[in-house]
Amino acid sequence: MSCWDTIQAYGLRAVGIGERLLPRSDFTLCEQFTLIGSGMLWNIYFGFFALIAGFFFAVALALGKASRNTLLRKLAEWFIFVFRGSPLFIQIFFAYFAFVSLKSVSSIFDAFSAAWAGALVVLFLNTAAYSAQIFYGALLSIPKGDIEAADAYGMSGWTRFRRITFPTMMRLAWPSYTNEAIFLFHATTLVFFSGFPAFRQKGDALYYANYFADKTFNPFIPYPILAGYFILLTLVIIGVFGIVNRRLNRHLPQEKRQRMRLRPNLIR
Amino acid sequence: MFSYCSDPDALSGLSWLSCYLTTGKHMAFYRAFGTVLLLLAITAPTALAFGFFGARAARSRFAPLRWVGKIYISIVRGVPDIAFFLFFVIALDQAFEWLRHQVKCPDWNEPIRQGNDFVVCQIAKLPLGTAPQWVHETYGFFLAVLTFAIVFGAFAANILFGAMNTVPRAQIETAEAYGMNRKQAFWRVLVPQMWVYALPGLSNLWMVLIKATPLLFLLGVEDIVYWARELGGSKTARFTDYPHGDWRMWYFLALLVFYLGFTKISEMVLDRLMTRLTRGQATMGGEAQRKAAA
Repeated sequence: MSCWDTIQAYGLRAVGIGERLLPRSDFTLCEQFTLIGSGMLWNIYFGFFALIAGFFFAVALALGKASRNTLLRKLAEWFIFVFRGSPLFIQIFFAYFAFVSLKSVSSIFDAFSAAWAGALVVLFLNTAAYSAQIFYGALLSIPKGDIEAADAYGMSGWTRFRRITFPTMMRLAWPSYTNEAIFLFHATTLVFFSGFPAFRQKGDALYYANYFADKTFNPFIPYPILAGYFILLTLVIIGVFGIVNRRLNRHLPQEKRQRMRLRPNLIR
Repeated sequence: MFSYCSDPDALSGLSWLSCYLTTGKHMAFYRAFGTVLLLLAITAPTALAFGFFGARAARSRFAPLRWVGKIYISIVRGVPDIAFFLFFVIALDQAFEWLRHQVKCPDWNEPIRQGNDFVVCQIAKLPLGTAPQWVHETYGFFLAVLTFAIVFGAFAANILFGAMNTVPRAQIETAEAYGMNRKQAFWRVLVPQMWVYALPGLSNLWMVLIKATPLLFLLGVEDIVYWARELGGSKTARFTDYPHGDWRMWYFLALLVFYLGFTKISEMVLDRLMTRLTRGQATMGGEAQRKAAA
């Protein structure tokens, strides 16, 4: 089979399109690159949607944690503590078994015992908690003068939030938030290693890398391929977030702009 | 465990539960918590040592050593660590076996990689096929510790490297003015001072390390995750005296609570340590303490 055939057969294997059987022997480099690459689709899917949904929830949580209402504050604090204080690995396990148990209660939960929905929910809640902590920190470090200036202009409530508080909060939080995004994409590799079964061997990049390593008993090829894909993905994330960072800082004089300081990847 | 547990079928309610939770397998489950704590107790200092050497290498004046240090620090950070955990366990195992193979069977002439197999001579196997069970388990645990130490050593190296660079340059210059050589200045001035700067990063790393311990499960050690899955799965009356449905959800809830408590306690202890270490330091934190007392 030529490499082009392999790409046609396995390029979308991770989402169930193409050849049904995985290669079983005489693995070529091309097969490993193609399958691990097709697994990356899942990592991107989980990371992308969890990040977008998590962003809005995180802003709400950060405001809740800074709120003067005791009930709201306590709720947000507990949520953040629970999701930041326990391993994501255990959270995914727990959620999976919880969804499986809930299946007998109502058929609504059927979808959630599959990875595409269940794991997405966990990752969404998890990233919301981590991002909320970052946004909360940024919210507290908004310069007092900015808010006073807004008051002096007669802004209050929603207008002040939309025009002053929120953009400044984002600007201050953005470098850390970039790290969090990189974290999240790395964390998506945990999904198929904890509870959630890879239905019909439709797994993520690590799932396939592990498959090859198990079959060939040679970790020195699939894992570096996986590493290469992830480094590429990380670079893309840094690029995209860098563009946003420039836009958030565009009103500042050149030397005051916040440089991106990246400290990617500590596991959660 | 208790005397009334001899006939589980006759029990109900709390007494059933007390018997159920003290079966031999549950005892193994509780011992697995000890395994996790043991792993933390061994890994934390080992990773710190790896980190220290990594940071020293990255600061070295000898260029190749410096590159090794820098690469070690940066490569672990760009890739999901779970991939490293899966990689190192096989890679280290094969590396050890290969080394023993080279030493013990020098006249072996078949290739080591035969297709999909990794073949070394019998006496180079690790652990030996005839070794008792506990040797296998200890070897697996040892590999796990080494893997954790390598991965977290890279994070620690990054933190210590930063901390070493944060110690004010004037301190080193003063040491030089006193006639200390490079080595003396490093050990007597730089190392004692860097810990204050490293502590926030290191305490963060400790939290991350706690939260990474369930990955032991992936390394093939019979840890708490393994036992929670084993014990929680539904049991029929044919195979056990204590039949029950699928309780894995509750077992993992217990693990979740365990980790939450553990991180909470660590947080409190580390806060105290930080307060203690900042006392009298010329930093913002030290200044705030001084003002609060005055």
